[in-house]
Amino acid sequence: MSKRRILDSQLTGIILKRIALEITENHGDMTNSAIIGLQPRGIRLASQLKEVVSEITGNKNILYGELDSTFYRDDFRKDNKILVPNSIQIDFLIENKTIIIVDDVLYTGRSVRSALNALGDFGRPRKIELMTLVDRTFNRELPIKPDYVGEEVDTRANDRVEVLWNENQTTPEVWIITE
Amino acid sequence: MNESLSVNHLLGIKDLTPTDIDLIFKTADNFKTVINRPIKRVPTLRDITIANVFFENSTRTRVSFEIAEKRLSADVINFSSASSSVSKGESLIDTVNNILAMKVDMVVMRHPAPGACIFLAKNTKTQVINAGDGTHEHPTQALLDAYSIREKTGSIAGKRVLIVGDIMHSRVAISNIFCLNKLGAEVMVCGPATLIPKHIEHLGVKVEYDLKKALQWCDVANMLRIQLERQDIKYFPSIREYTMQYGLNKRLLESIGKEIVVMHPGPINRGVEITSDVADHAQSIILDQVENGVAIRMAILYLLAMKTNANSIV
Repeated sequence: MSKRRILDSQLTGIILKRIALEITENHGDMTNSAIIGLQPRGIRLASQLKEVVSEITGNKNILYGELDSTFYRDDFRKDNKILVPNSIQIDFLIENKTIIIVDDVLYTGRSVRSALNALGDFGRPRKIELMTLVDRTFNRELPIKPDYVGEEVDTRANDRVEVLWNENQTTPEVWIITE
Repeated sequence: MNESLSVNHLLGIKDLTPTDIDLIFKTADNFKTVINRPIKRVPTLRDITIANVFFENSTRTRVSFEIAEKRLSADVINFSSASSSVSKGESLIDTVNNILAMKVDMVVMRHPAPGACIFLAKNTKTQVINAGDGTHEHPTQALLDAYSIREKTGSIAGKRVLIVGDIMHSRVAISNIFCLNKLGAEVMVCGPATLIPKHIEHLGVKVEYDLKKALQWCDVANMLRIQLERQDIKYFPSIREYTMQYGLNKRLLESIGKEIVVMHPGPINRGVEITSDVADHAQSIILDQVENGVAIRMAILYLLAMKTNANSIV
């Protein structure tokens, strides 16, 4: 097994800032936009992104939510995997808003597909965008493409990408682990 | 934490571990948010067909199961003994096997014979959920009762729960006793001596024959219906006398000097075990119990379905 770090927490901090600026460029002061983190691993990144965007725009009331799409997944009862649901926290109307959904790693695209379906049950947003810290470009199984990407990496199917949050850091590090 | 149930069927609370119950509650929390949003349906069980087989009358349980199944996008078949070939002499196993031959994945059954669901689980190839079998168990009711107590009071461990009424004929009482004991609550039963089974204290419950004393002891009182349909002999002189001794009215509720939570599994006989002003009282959580019933049943269907693999069935 080999492990290598592709991003340290300082670099992910810079990347988050860059993405936050891109988001601000497209969304202005975020009055008609919302950031929604995908459970379980996207929420910490999403709330951090919200903080950075908030700092840049000066908008302290950016709409923020957490979405769980366990009940919409396509692998339920398919490969003996146990699917554990997480909580959902969306206490605003998504109708006619631009939603930025946030996940840490984009891989096959199946989680994002289920999240899009789950989000559809909350209303009809004007637009949905996708932000991901790591994009594993070669392994997509569905036609899904992110709008904001931290880092593109070329990985094989038996690699694992881990986003690690250290206790004393506000941004994560990213490792690739090859079995 | 264990993230999958230790059982493949839900036949009774007796077979569940405290971890199972905890898992059901946590999953139900998620489904409760689903059933409270504008679009109350998720597609999780869209490839599953469930038969609700009811050999005994039911409103709440049957509707609750049907709504839970539909909210999970399962296909639902309803079947009741009155309009079926059971009245032509077909056996239980034959009836269920014929339903299963039409590619049904799960059976929710209510039956007047105690143990009918266990029998079915042993003799057919399907997942069985007990919706009440005679005087044996009614696990989903006990789970939703405990879930409602947890929601109202924060926790179950250490709570004092009183069950009042026809303990002898009540599957709700037995399942509740098992469930509350497993979760660390203290349980007391109260009712006419003729309706309290002998040696019930061996199940780890206290017995009290004076309703006022029992109410003063408890944090939660679960008032049961007198099951006249299961009583072959007269166990007390008259309904009026039962009401005088064991009925809960507003004056009694307010005389005990503390606030308790009042529950009832339904159907209520207003004016018998509970008066209207108590049933509709602020301390009563009877309708919360009904709402929670859907979330609990969705959690059970979800967790049991997860034990099967769609690929192995095809």
